[in-house]
Amino acid sequence: MNEEIKLIWQKFFNWVSGNGPRPENEVIPPEPPPDLPFTQKPKDKYTRFHEATLKERYNQWLEIHGLHIFSLIYSGLSVLTCIVIVCLLLATVAELPPFGDEKNPANNEVIRRYVEHGGHETGAQNIVAGLILDYRAFDTFGESAVLFTAAVSVLMILGVSRRNNIEESSPDLNESGQNFLERAPPVNFHEIRQDDSILRAVASLSIPAILLMGCVVVINGHLTPGGGFSGGAILSTALILCANAFGFERVHKFFNERTFIISSSTALMIYALSKGYSFFTGANHFHSIIPKGTIGNILSGGLILPLNICVGLIVAGTLYGFYALFSRGDI
Amino acid sequence: MLEKLFLNHYEAAAVILSGIGLTNLLLQRNLIKKIIGLNIMDTAVYLFLAAKGYVEGRAAPILLENGSGGWLNSANLYVNPVPAGLVLTGIVVSVSVTAFALALTLKLYEYYGTLNIDEALMKMTQEQQELESKIDDAEEEVLA
Amino acid sequence: MILVEWLLLIFLIVCAIAVSISKNLLNSVIIFMSYSLVMAVIWVLLRSPDLAITEAAVGAGVTSVLFFLALRKIGKLEHNKDDENN
Repeated sequence: MNEEIKLIWQKFFNWVSGNGPRPENEVIPPEPPPDLPFTQKPKDKYTRFHEATLKERYNQWLEIHGLHIFSLIYSGLSVLTCIVIVCLLLATVAELPPFGDEKNPANNEVIRRYVEHGGHETGAQNIVAGLILDYRAFDTFGESAVLFTAAVSVLMILGVSRRNNIEESSPDLNESGQNFLERAPPVNFHEIRQDDSILRAVASLSIPAILLMGCVVVINGHLTPGGGFSGGAILSTALILCANAFGFERVHKFFNERTFIISSSTALMIYALSKGYSFFTGANHFHSIIPKGTIGNILSGGLILPLNICVGLIVAGTLYGFYALFSRGDI
Repeated sequence: MLEKLFLNHYEAAAVILSGIGLTNLLLQRNLIKKIIGLNIMDTAVYLFLAAKGYVEGRAAPILLENGSGGWLNSANLYVNPVPAGLVLTGIVVSVSVTAFALALTLKLYEYYGTLNIDEALMKMTQEQQELESKIDDAEEEVLA
Repeated sequence: MILVEWLLLIFLIVCAIAVSISKNLLNSVIIFMSYSLVMAVIWVLLRSPDLAITEAAVGAGVTSVLFFLALRKIGKLEHNKDDENN
């Protein structure tokens, strides 16, 4: 009885994970022949070329040279299309107002509004930071969500370790050694050399400096150029250097898949909650309860500083996650 | 027309770069080069946007002090901040797209053993034909 | 100053063409890296330092690292002969 339940559970688990034993009447296709149709030449047809009629000759000629001619026509047409598009766009550019002109129609009342009132409305010295994290904060939220979604999709595509564990635990999948889905050998992960003392010395000197620089860029995002995205990218380069010099295990101790998911989703949730309050307090969240502070202080700009830190966390985790996934298939 | 193009040299360069990127996308058979072409088109669009926001002789959009504790917030002093915000969004999205495309390319290489899109397509159609013929054979056997 | 602008723009176009005609994938990735770096300089000339920092960290740093990793996984970094897949 107990074993039956176990068997049923095993079947159910296999069904859920998609790794169940194959049905008996399923067809397993064999290896394709190594020759491609490009390289194969229809020899018997070629030898009978002189005896054929004109139409057959044309067909045979087309069969032999058709792909080549098609690729020629294709490349010619694409170059022609590109040249036509570039010429049209250049003619349009020639009609635009000159570069760097004050009377450019892009410099309209929107810009005047942002520059003249942006300072005391958002409390940020850096107008671009006030623009992307206060006036258009939902746009930046969507951008962070795009980045997080990309990281999760790459994790789904390239994450190998868990899948390999499942395959090892169910050996009936690879009985004949000719599983259809496992035809090509998996891409090998080259191990990074771990005994490079020069790299280690330089990394131990420069990683604290890079981390400090990243933190400064993130925290001063509303005062100086920079912000969550650039600071997060700098932080992620420090993590990448650490993983390269001291091995992935060092980074894995404090930054693994679990911490990545938790920190990124927490940052996204904090972002959504802190910017979603304007839905409840009214359309314009200019008169909020959060004090703006004086322009130029580190504690100014209302919510811009915490939002910058959230975005920096997401970006740093995501970019390091890309690196780890591409190099060893696991965060 | 050429003189006007010289006046708008940043925009002209952006248009030419986007044309080169499009040619790369259409003509290259190598997937990694296609992705680089996509990135070149991205940066060309950003260059165009940022060039349209530039105004000669103005400062970067970061408020300057006026010497008596206040801030200079006249719109005639700073360049346009809106293209910078737009492009900042675009750069990060292009990184996500690049990473996703590279992951798909690696998976394709793992499966077909080639980066050339023609060879991959050829192998794909061959595989499908073999699969179909196998299925037909199996059906005939079952019917017989 | 205008000379520097012209030089940088011409360098961008030359880089973009060189990426497409270079036979070696590693070469094209390195050329693309220098393209991103020059683009960061151009952002500074266009008075947008936010973009310059982001492009230097993301475009020239992380994107190129991703391309290098992809090439290493494919195995194009070991043997330096020109790839035939072009």
